[in-house]
Amino acid sequence: MIVAESKPIKELLEMVKGFKKILVVGCKGCVTVCNVGGAKEVAILASTIRISGKKEGLDLVVGEHTLERQCDPEYIDELKDIIGDYDAVISIACGVGPQFISERYPATKVFPGVNTKFMGGAVEHGVWSERCAGCGTCVVHLFGGLCPIARCSKSLLNGPCGGSSNGKCEISSDVECIWDTIVLKMMEQDRLDELMEFRPPKSWTTARDGGPRKMIREELVK
Amino acid sequence: MDDFKPQIVAFCCTNCASSAAKVSHGMKKALPDNVKIIQVPCTGRIETLHLLKPFEEGADGVYVAGCQADSCQYIGGITKAAKRVAQVKGILEGLSIEPERIDVFHLSAGKGQEFVEVADRMVNTVKGLGPVLTAPNRN
Amino acid sequence: MSEHKAGSNLEKVLSAGHFAFTGECGPPQGANVPHLIEKANHLKGVVDAVNVTDNQTAVVRMSSWAASLILLEQGLEPNFQMVCRDRNRLAIQSDILGVYAMGIRNMLCLSGDHQSFGNHPESKNVFDIDSMQLIHTVKTMRDEGKFLNGSDVDVAPKLFIGAACNPFAEPFDFRVYRLAKKISAGADFVQTQCIYNMDKFREFMKRAVDMGLHEKCYILAGVTPMKSVGMALYMSKQVPGMDVPQALVKRLRGAGKGKAAEEGIKFALEQIEEFKEMEGVAGVHLMAIEWEHKVPEIAERAGVLPRPVV
Ligand code: SF4
Ligand code: SF4
Repeated sequence: MIVAESKPIKELLEMVKGFKKILVVGCKGCVTVCNVGGAKEVAILASTIRISGKKEGLDLVVGEHTLERQCDPEYIDELKDIIGDYDAVISIACGVGPQFISERYPATKVFPGVNTKFMGGAVEHGVWSERCAGCGTCVVHLFGGLCPIARCSKSLLNGPCGGSSNGKCEISSDVECIWDTIVLKMMEQDRLDELMEFRPPKSWTTARDGGPRKMIREELVK
Repeated sequence: MDDFKPQIVAFCCTNCASSAAKVSHGMKKALPDNVKIIQVPCTGRIETLHLLKPFEEGADGVYVAGCQADSCQYIGGITKAAKRVAQVKGILEGLSIEPERIDVFHLSAGKGQEFVEVADRMVNTVKGLGPVLTAPNRN
Repeated sequence: MSEHKAGSNLEKVLSAGHFAFTGECGPPQGANVPHLIEKANHLKGVVDAVNVTDNQTAVVRMSSWAASLILLEQGLEPNFQMVCRDRNRLAIQSDILGVYAMGIRNMLCLSGDHQSFGNHPESKNVFDIDSMQLIHTVKTMRDEGKFLNGSDVDVAPKLFIGAACNPFAEPFDFRVYRLAKKISAGADFVQTQCIYNMDKFREFMKRAVDMGLHEKCYILAGVTPMKSVGMALYMSKQVPGMDVPQALVKRLRGAGKGKAAEEGIKFALEQIEEFKEMEGVAGVHLMAIEWEHKVPEIAERAGVLPRPVV
């Protein structure tokens, strides 16, 4: 899933300063799963903004709405009857959400309520970790099913940099050295020869480096 | 500020705090009348939103009174509540509202006096801070 | 002559079978040319080549190619270092051509410390290619006259290709294979991480020799004399991939106040003595960090002077 975190409340309030009618829009997709942008968090953020209004002596109107998904125009459409009642919209979906809303409702001022972080998953309750950098040409099979592009701090493809200690990356003892894990796993599986193979420079054309990406599936296009 | 009577909302779990409340009744030690008690089966059930709502409705302080961390009947309920209280402290700070306006207290069942003391303590703390509303109503 | 890949002084010293002795010089954090020259001059005639670091520890300094050229003008042979952190493959290949065009003949290929260590942790890192691929890029440009995209290089850069090697990184069993991989990618020589744990290094070299790696590549043992107990503690705790045995810390401590530096040099000299005899070790790379003026004395006491003229 896409993992996001809430923006600091101070930053958010600064963004929507001066707006009297604010709609907080959540999403039932990834951000619900990572507890940052679902109906629950919409209610918390709306309440927080109301409290701030109370404190400042402002009569804020804060609406709450959670969509099935914000990355689908079909669901964004759902806002059409209410969005006109608000001066500002805070989307707490991933970065796709505020953009889809902006595109669908050109007159509306849209603000991002979360910082979109990475593609990953929950490794334990309340802890998420990055797994994929969306390079567009998956090669994890070459590395024991683990991705050094997303998970090695230097995206090395030919082995560890030599800076790891106790299985941790040289940049921080909080970061796993994925190369350490890859090497141990490949040796364990008796696949050292695969690791010894030279991996040539990767083509990043399929990654973000190749420019903004788009995917067309002809058989699905109406 | 002397005439300021803060409105406090207390979330108490039935197992500990409420039994303590009974004891305190027996001892005729009155609870301050500006502390509104909301009983919950277990403090672990209190959501972040529950803790925020009283502030939205005009409360000046909120607290959770539950068991000792190691004697929670539902295992870890009060620990969970403490984490949520900490989260709300963070939110309040973000709003430039004193985080001391929300707190969590661990009580032992059967100690009614403690229950009243905690309420008094919270009332005093919040009284010292004054009302949440800092700006005159600009409507 | 023709069998030389690049014809650098370092290559000639090594191929003639001499025990090589290389040094290191970090460019200034500014355009302070006199200071750079002063530091470099301590190494003149004392080492076979001088490594010129490339934004070492991710701290911005004068570019390594510019500092290398200044050294070249001063009559020293630079070993131009390049890291993958700061350049994409376009910049990498054009810099390779540039340094060769200006007379640089040795190049050390590195991944580079992560920028979070340095003084611009906010920066974007590049790592378009890794150190292994960088080695291979130089080799392909030099030996096949091809750029990474396969098109022809008009006048190939004849560079003597170096790589780094950390015998102490984990997992230890993999280290010698990693070295083998760098050699097949194209490394002509390697300079190791600073060695303090001699037992481990002996074991590493034994494995390297068993695999015949010393016959395919010149292995230079890294030596950094400890200046103080504090430095030893810092190295053991703060520097990634460094292995400093407690016994060495104890030895430096035991030397007493004001004598740790001399003890550090003594240890380095003992190491060099052993490396001269160790099978597979072709030389020593002395990294006397901000201690360049001590290098002549160390070289003298290590008995590696005068340097061979080849
Ligand atoms: S190789 Fe590419 S697509 Fe596969 S996990 Fe890594 S970044 Fe994602
Ligand atoms: S320590 Fe490991 S994860 Fe970190 S940069 Fe080096 S190889 Fe990559």
